[in-house]
Amino acid sequence: MNDVVRPVMQDAVAAAPTRVDGRDKVTGRARYAVEHPVEDVVWAWPVTSTVAKGRVTEIDASEANGTEGVIAVLTHANAPRLGETDDAELQLLQSDRVAYRGQVCALVVGETVESARAGADAVRVRYDEAEHDVVLDARHPAMFTPEKVNPGFPTDTSIGDPDTAFAVAAVQLDATYTTPTEHNHAMEPHATTASWGADGTLTLYDSNQGSTGVARVMADLFGLQVRAVHVISEHVGGGFGSKGTPRPNIVLAAMAAQAVGRPVRLALGRQHMFSLVGYRTPTIQRLRLGATTDGVLRSLVHDVWEQTSTLDDFAEQTAVISRMLYAAPARRTTHRLVRLDVPTPSWMRAPGEAPGSFALESAMDELAAACDLDPVELRVRNEPDVDPESGKPFSSRNLVACLREGARRFGWEQRDPTPGVRRDGRWLVGTGVASSTYPARTAPSQARMSIGSDGVVTVELNAVDIGTGSRTALTQIAAEAMDLPTDRVRLRIGDSTLPPAMIAGGSMGLTSWGSAIVKGARQLRELVGRRDGAIPEDGLEVTADTAEEVRAVSGYARHAFGAQFCEVRVDADTGEVRVPRLLGVFAVGRVINARTARSQLVGGMTMGLSMALHEEGVVDVQHGDNVNHDLAGYHIAAHADVADVDAMWLEEHDEHLNLVGAKGIGEIGIVGTAAAVANAVHHATGVRVRDLPIRVDRLLGRG
Amino acid sequence: MVRIQVTVDGQRCEDEVEPRLLLVHYLRERVGKVGTPVGCDTSNCGACTVQLDGRSVKSCAVLAVQADGSEVTTIEGLANGEWHPMQKAFKECHALQCGYCTPGMIMAAVDLLSNNPNPSEEEIRDGLEGNLCRCTGYHNIVKAVQMAAAEGGAR
Repeated sequence: MNDVVRPVMQDAVAAAPTRVDGRDKVTGRARYAVEHPVEDVVWAWPVTSTVAKGRVTEIDASEANGTEGVIAVLTHANAPRLGETDDAELQLLQSDRVAYRGQVCALVVGETVESARAGADAVRVRYDEAEHDVVLDARHPAMFTPEKVNPGFPTDTSIGDPDTAFAVAAVQLDATYTTPTEHNHAMEPHATTASWGADGTLTLYDSNQGSTGVARVMADLFGLQVRAVHVISEHVGGGFGSKGTPRPNIVLAAMAAQAVGRPVRLALGRQHMFSLVGYRTPTIQRLRLGATTDGVLRSLVHDVWEQTSTLDDFAEQTAVISRMLYAAPARRTTHRLVRLDVPTPSWMRAPGEAPGSFALESAMDELAAACDLDPVELRVRNEPDVDPESGKPFSSRNLVACLREGARRFGWEQRDPTPGVRRDGRWLVGTGVASSTYPARTAPSQARMSIGSDGVVTVELNAVDIGTGSRTALTQIAAEAMDLPTDRVRLRIGDSTLPPAMIAGGSMGLTSWGSAIVKGARQLRELVGRRDGAIPEDGLEVTADTAEEVRAVSGYARHAFGAQFCEVRVDADTGEVRVPRLLGVFAVGRVINARTARSQLVGGMTMGLSMALHEEGVVDVQHGDNVNHDLAGYHIAAHADVADVDAMWLEEHDEHLNLVGAKGIGEIGIVGTAAAVANAVHHATGVRVRDLPIRVDRLLGRG
Repeated sequence: MVRIQVTVDGQRCEDEVEPRLLLVHYLRERVGKVGTPVGCDTSNCGACTVQLDGRSVKSCAVLAVQADGSEVTTIEGLANGEWHPMQKAFKECHALQCGYCTPGMIMAAVDLLSNNPNPSEEEIRDGLEGNLCRCTGYHNIVKAVQMAAAEGGAR
């Protein structure tokens, strides 16, 4: 069983190895997708639709074709035909149908990026425009029940009779919360360099979160054997979910290269990323909590309405967090979806848990106030003994320990619960808390490990480092498993010809890859042991595959937990919100590298702060467009928005997870942050903001 | 076409360029300095920050012809020797994750210290507000700038 020993302190961070690729990244030597040298390369630039629904009736490329430097203009009439895949967003230039504004309707290839862009500007597209429908509304008549929610959860769940339990509950909370469209915006735009070999092979330098799947999809689209597709992703400038599967850039680059017979580079512009690479769906969430006067939940109902496109059903698992976070004898979760004339939503950091936790953890704060209870104490009183829906025991669950340790470090005990009474000059001051959680999962991966006669171990697997530090952490895992210093380990990742592996996503990159390496190391050491340590001239090699152990059904519910504490200051006159302090205490199993782990958690919390205060994709109802489609209009947290953000974790040993003993940390940092901020804003001002982001107009005049 | 002369990281370049060519594309595609990335196209993110005659500029917001007769320093030419103190500090403090904003962040930070050799934490956060990072949460970047300042990072 698990036991919590102590919080990990700063010295663990200082002692952790620095990034093995740090030097390349601070000197400009790290090569991203459109920076690898390729001979005779040309550039492509997309032309996107200016209507939200309809058909393309004519594409006049005559002016574009006459533009200096333009080599080709691809449209649905002349583009290469693509094979079938599951992702309708990748069927690019295959039909005249327009499913959303900003969809690709032509592609211009030019000698330079300037000529491609000038050519794209010169393409004239005419449409037969239909009336569009782009507004999410819970009462939309076309709301339907999707078959499942991502990545395979039941759409609805129900235990007991939550309606009756709610109706008779002494304390009732019934509130609706909304979150807006949010965009991933990794700093490296989606980008690809594509080149076809004379033998029909396709080489792709691509920015993605895992190229094993990318190569498979590209093979299907272009009618190739997987071994004829080579995807190289040496350095990737972030993803946050938006690069977990292939996006239009790689398909368009490969099509263009096929069409013009030369290598093609395509780096999407930042504006393209608002419609072409996925986004987090807006959500409408109704929470009904019924409790005793002591704050013990008797009923918990979480209903969600969200959107998808007319191309594909993407159903975010928003209420899944309410299935496991708190005990309640009667409970229900539902998800409803509507197909609008918008781009297909996609994965964004903690899909489901990030928006779902805003609603649930805001509602818990409201319930605490209604019960006249401290919000930490309320959560402690609703701590379940086992996973409330599956009945499985938790492999480890240290939410209460995180809440208590966080409360102690944050100075929560002295908190006066009265809202709107603390003033420091112009500033109203308040504090808030929220729980964090994220599933601890592992996916099948393979690793090839070899040892040479010089004793150097080479580890090869198609992991990828999108910025998290996986190159560094995997080197550490391999060295530890082989009982060697890290300088005796060579790691090769980021190449689809390497043994297949999980993507960097779902907080399961490191756990999945690390497990394959640990298993491979055990096999390799056994092989060396059988030869009494004598390594032949040409070395020894094994390939480990974790498919069997990963697919074995666990008897445990496996999740990471945390608690976030926030202090806000709200300008009493302008409504400006500042966050001087944000503290997260987490329980995430074993931490491999304290330095990179802390940065991941702090980065996630900062993205959560950004979600709380800044991020909002605004719908242009009239034109079916995004009002804000650049980083001037879509605000993300900048240096001066952030002050004291700190993350720490409890030492947690959990032997029921995977061969690494880790739970994964990429996403949990963003879960709960927005609620902690909103709860603190309520404490500061007395205004309950149930709609993100917490804009000044949502505060002013409501105190 | 316009003939320009630019000294890039100490190397003298003479090229015929289109008037519409942005400095960042000139550096990347003509001079081969791909260490300076393009992040947003609209001068919001700062990933493409370089020094133009000793002052930081977002090179997506400067035309190559505007750099005629000037000296440009990119992340690749910053170090006088193996490391610039700011580069070393960014590595030591883990002031990076994906690394895409890092070149611009370092160039902007060097310029910040040249104007203010001993900035407070608040001055660093205000001074670097034009450079966005989506990964790190900025915390370690501030620490790195402080470390570099202590080691004379303005040079």
